Amino acid sequence: MAFTNEQLERYSRHIILKEVGAKGQKKLMNARVLIIGAGGLGAPAAMYLAAAGVGTIGIADADEVDLSNLQRQIIHSTEDVGKAKVQSAKETMNKMNPDVTVRTYRTFVSAENIMELIQDYDFIIDGTDNFPAKFLINDACVLAKKPFSHAGIIRFRGQLMTYVPGAGPCYRCVFKDPPPKDAVPTCKQAGVIGAMGGVIGSLQAMEAVKYILGVGDLLTGYLLTFDAIKMEFRKIKLPSRVADCAVCGEHPDITKPIDYEQTVCEGVGI
Amino acid sequence: MNITVAGEKKEVKDGLTVAELIVQEDVETPEYVTVSVNEEFVEKEDFSALTLKDGDVVEFVYFMGGGR
Repeated sequence: MAFTNEQLERYSRHIILKEVGAKGQKKLMNARVLIIGAGGLGAPAAMYLAAAGVGTIGIADADEVDLSNLQRQIIHSTEDVGKAKVQSAKETMNKMNPDVTVRTYRTFVSAENIMELIQDYDFIIDGTDNFPAKFLINDACVLAKKPFSHAGIIRFRGQLMTYVPGAGPCYRCVFKDPPPKDAVPTCKQAGVIGAMGGVIGSLQAMEAVKYILGVGDLLTGYLLTFDAIKMEFRKIKLPSRVADCAVCGEHPDITKPIDYEQTVCEGVGI
Repeated sequence: MNITVAGEKKEVKDGLTVAELIVQEDVETPEYVTVSVNEEFVEKEDFSALTLKDGDVVEFVYFMGGGR
């Protein structure tokens, strides 16, 4: 597959990079990334991956755009209020880059559909806002041997880590089980500064791009935390994989995805 | 003795346990914090029994659920 003149120009700042080149850009154009949650994290991740020319981008979210989303979810506009988030996201991505095939899944991720949802993708981005979904994505990706980027944001803080099969701990190695409902504040209760989604979601897109290109060091075995009040990033080295982890350990108890009770930022959704 | 907590060097009393450090550091949602000492996870059941040693490196990792 040769580049068109338009593609050569569109991706020229990538192609000129020695870590990308024409070969890397083709890898991006052949890659498939799934973004679960078209919100604070998913919006910037989807936009950067579309701009980068990632060939197929899946986006899953059951919700509609709400006015209170627009303070941070930059893929949606005022005129999109009431529209399905996946549709609004797809329109923005296609407007940015018609080269990209956007597949939309207007659905909640659940134990029932997640294995089928992730199977076609090379890399998964967790842009969800609740612990049941975060554990579900982790378990499904471990079971299906799929790499993924986990992230969370709240108030002026954010953090992310990357799981690659066979390398480093999974999310469950670090956190074991979801906390009880309302034990840990959510963004609706606690708030989140809009640009935090931009910082952390863009870093998730960066991890996906680096994984596809096979360049540099991923956040496998590390948790990168960002505190915007102190304007401080910390890269915390995590212990290695836990031998008795319930999902990625040597004798796992979890052999299929589990639905925990949902507790979410806005009362509904992924 | 001197230990490193979340990247900062601190002087603490000898024989300090992980549970005491959690109180001293005023850790948010202490029931749900993940703790590592020298890059090994510490089980919650061991927080009260595990005595820190000079030079130990302690990290607190917090649940962060938001994203949408």
